[in-house]
This record gives sequence, C-alpha cells and structure tokens, in this order.
Amino acid sequence: MKVSKEILANVAGLSRLAIAEEETTRYQEDLTKFLAYVETLNEVATENTPPTTYALPMENVFREDDVRPSLDREAALLNAPLKEDGYFKVPKVLED
Amino acid sequence: MKYEAVIGLEIHCELKTKTKIFCGCATEFGAAQNTHVCPVCLGMPGVLPTINRRVVEFGIKAGLATNCAINQYSKFDRKNYYYPDLPKNWQTSQYDLPIAEHGWVDIEVEGEKKRIRLTRIHMEEDAGKLVHSGTTIKDSTSSNVDYNRTGVPLLEIVSEPDMRSAAEARAYMEKIKAIMEYIDVSSCRMEEGNLRADINVSLRPVGSEELGTRTEMKNINSFKSLEEAINYEIERQTEVLEDGGHIIQETRTFDPVRGVTLSMRSKENAHDYRYMPEPDLPPIVTAPETIEKYRRELPELPDARRERLEKECGLSAYDAGVITASRAMAEYFDKVTATGAEAKLAANWIMSDLAKNLNAEGITIEKSPVGAERLGQMILLIMKNTISGKIAKTVFQEMWTNPASPEQIVNDKGLVQITDTGAIEKIVDEVIANNPKAVADFQGGNKKAIGALVGQVMKASKGKANPQMVNKLIAEKLG
Ligand SMILES: [Zn+2]
Repeated sequence: MKVSKEILANVAGLSRLAIAEEETTRYQEDLTKFLAYVETLNEVATENTPPTTYALPMENVFREDDVRPSLDREAALLNAPLKEDGYFKVPKVLED
Repeated sequence: MKYEAVIGLEIHCELKTKTKIFCGCATEFGAAQNTHVCPVCLGMPGVLPTINRRVVEFGIKAGLATNCAINQYSKFDRKNYYYPDLPKNWQTSQYDLPIAEHGWVDIEVEGEKKRIRLTRIHMEEDAGKLVHSGTTIKDSTSSNVDYNRTGVPLLEIVSEPDMRSAAEARAYMEKIKAIMEYIDVSSCRMEEGNLRADINVSLRPVGSEELGTRTEMKNINSFKSLEEAINYEIERQTEVLEDGGHIIQETRTFDPVRGVTLSMRSKENAHDYRYMPEPDLPPIVTAPETIEKYRRELPELPDARRERLEKECGLSAYDAGVITASRAMAEYFDKVTATGAEAKLAANWIMSDLAKNLNAEGITIEKSPVGAERLGQMILLIMKNTISGKIAKTVFQEMWTNPASPEQIVNDKGLVQITDTGAIEKIVDEVIANNPKAVADFQGGNKKAIGALVGQVMKASKGKANPQMVNKLIAEKLG
C-alpha cells in the first residue's frame, strides 16, 4: 500500500507529530516501505492457525484486591513540568 | 409527521473494589488530590499493570445478573485518545471481546412490561478529574489534574437502542442500579459519580425501522437529569425536523440548572481510537465451572424479590416494586417483617413516614435513626392495639430523635391507647351530650354524621381512644 500525503497527515495528526512540508516525501516513502515489509507476513500459510490476540502462552495473570502504598504526592509530581497545589497543571485543553 | 424517540444508554458503573483495576492504589473516594497514585496508574514508562481479580469476578457477575453470555475468552485493548485526564494517552478498555454480551433486563412503565436488550458489558479504567481555572473548559487558560480516580475500575453497560421515552430510560437505569446494588459490585452513589450515563437520542417517523441521526449527552448522574435531558432533546429534535432541518451528529452537554442541552462538539470527524490489543495484559480465560460457581453465588435479584413480596407478603405490584428498587430498602423491609410486623403495614410505614423523614434530611435508609427492628416493634404495638395508627405517627416522630424503644416512648409519653370501655364510654357520653345536631342528623338517617362524633371523641381523648371501640359504642348508644 502506498502511503499518500493525506494518510501521512492523518497519521501524523493522530500521533501529535508536526511534519515539515519538505519532509513529507521522505516519510511517505519510509512508511510505504514499512508497510510493504509487514505485508510479507501475508505470505505465511495461516489457514490452520487459530487467531490469537496475545503473543505469549500466558493467561489469567491476576493480583488480589489488596491495597498497597501509593507514591508520596511529592514524588508523584516530581517530574511534572507544571504543578499547582498538589495538582498536575496542564495548558488549555483544546478539542479536535 | 409523528416521530418516535429511539434511546440507548451507556451506563458507567464504578466498582466497589478496594484497589484500582491494574495497581494496588486505594479507590477510596474523597482523598486529597494525587495521593492515590503510583507509577502504574500515572502511566510511567516501563511499568507492568496486573489485573485485579475482583474486577473480573464483578464483571462476570454483572453479566450473569443481566442475562448476558459470558465470553470465556476475553481481553483488554487500548483505546487511544489525547486528553489530560488519561496520563497514558490511552484508556485500557475492552473492544471486540468484552467480558459479557447479549443480555437483557425487564422494565415496567405504567404497568407495561418491556424487555431492554444489553449489547455488552465491558471492563475498563476510569479517567482522572480536571479542575479548570475558569468556569468552563472553554474559558480556562489551564487545568489542574487529579489522578486519584485514574484506574478506578468501571463496568460500561451498553444497551441496545430499545427505549422510546424518558420514563423507559429511567426505569432501565433504575433496574441496572438495583441489580448492581443487589449483586454488591458497586455502591451506585450517583452523587459521587459511581453511576453515570451517556445517553443517545434520535428520532424517526413512527413506523419507520431506520435509525435517525443521534446526539449524545455524556456523564448524566441523576435520574432527574436523565429524564430532563431526554425530554428536552426529543423536543429540540422534533422542532428541528418539523422546520425541515437536519439533526447534526454531535455531543451535547446537559445543563441541569437551565434544563437544556447545548452543543459541545460535532462528531463529523469521528474519533479514531485505534484500538489495539493490550500487550501488557494476558487474556482472561474463564472455565464454564467458574462461571457456574459465580452464578450460584448470585443473591436473589430485584425481579425475583419483587415477585416474592407480591406472592408471599401480599404486597401490591407497586409497593413491591418500590420496596425492591433498592437493595437497602428491601433488606430493611425484610428485617421489619422478621420482628413479626405485618408486611403491608411495614411497606406503608417504610414508603410514607420513613421515606418522608429520610428525604427531608437527605439521608439513606442505612443511616435511618429508626432502625428496622425498632420500626417492627412499633408496628407490633399497633397490631396489639396498644397504640392507634394515628398515635403511631407521633410515636414514630419521637423515635426519630429518641433512641428509646417504642414501648418505652409510649409509656413515658402516656400514649397508650384507651381500650377500657368505661373510660371511652364516659367521653362518648359527653360528646353525645354536647353535639345534639350531629346526633339528630345521625338518628335522622345520615349515617355519615357518626364521623363527626367519632372525631370529637378522638379529639377529646387526644387520639388515644381505640377508634373501632368508639365507633361501636356510639352506634350502640344512638342505635
Ligand atoms: Zn496506582
């Protein structure tokens, strides 16, 4: 599948990436190559393989409903670029 | 053209686990901001979430209690979107293999039964809370985020668009609330946001099978708002269509103060959530024996309990419906009748005087100063003719602030019913002597005039005379 300019713009928007106009051709080509590479998986015969949603042979990994200590608030906020009164502070929220 | 409303609900129900869905942080409501957080629920890189076993149990029980099929193979998925109430930039939810699907509950509106289908029930994590610097999100220059609620387990219960009126939607939500309370998976305190609904409303010409364009109202957290928002939206959409306009698919907010819905954002470019299987959480595989074990653990559900109260206690369908709508009230009722109090009297007292006092003080039945046992004892006093139903109202009010036993109160306040024929006869004689007109009316054939005389006797005895005896004595004396 060829990644068009529109698809690139959409994917970049969903990933919150700003892509400069002069870079678009390069990213389109790179992404097209990635997809082509992944498409080689289609060559594997899977008719007799049941579909799976999880890569490892594991299931039912649970924990008991027991309270464990949370972080100190100071520690929780340590890496926050902005904070106020024990809150994480975020800039104006804009809807799409 | 005549339109009919098509309504569907997505109910979010916060589960009453001690800890969050993927970490050991406490879920307790009302803690200081950002004190119930850890690297997992803050979405720090490199952490490994682990599923809380109770959440799965609660999800399966909720599914069974609403007649769903349980998916023996279920998994979590990432729902990607950017909003600061989600520190990871995705919500861990369930997409194509939810824990439960294809259920139903029955509702009753104005005596008509109706079955509402459930599409699915899935498990997910709640988001954090934003406190905006301005009055609304639009005029705020910044927002403060509290992540205590992030990761609190939720069930999202999705209905088919099977409801046709606000009353049906309310009955459905009440039924879901009752079921979740009965199976004890949620406290369902709507004022704390434990239970909230997103409502979808569209209109279509009566007789049409096609669905019209719908609007959505999010986070409705009271039954009153639910009904008002739906009724307003039905009216608004009707006007738009009758004027030849088109409904825009959008999210609207409901303003409970003005009772109107307002456009929030248009959904023309629908969100692209890019669901993907959650690679950090192995699938949940539930054996049929485990599902059956949970089924056996389910308590008596609201419909069954209602039927029992109708059949075994002789309550009317209406009374049984009101009593069983909340688990706490149904249990209170059972405790009252366990004292030997008659079921119909118990229902009447719970639904009238008790409910009135609880409402006036804004407290729940669990916190009632008059416990089930004491109310039962008071009803026994009525049944034994120690007090009349009328005096009982005085006794009940006294019990509200006085923790003494009803018997003690009746004795201390001298409220024991007069059943001594001689004492009543004395009052009756006085009343007959002082009310010649009522006496003449009665003897002249107006049998209703006896009411006035009985009233006078009751008044003279300060309500303590036994009304049946008073009636009988007057009738005898004038007969
Ligand atoms: Zn945590």
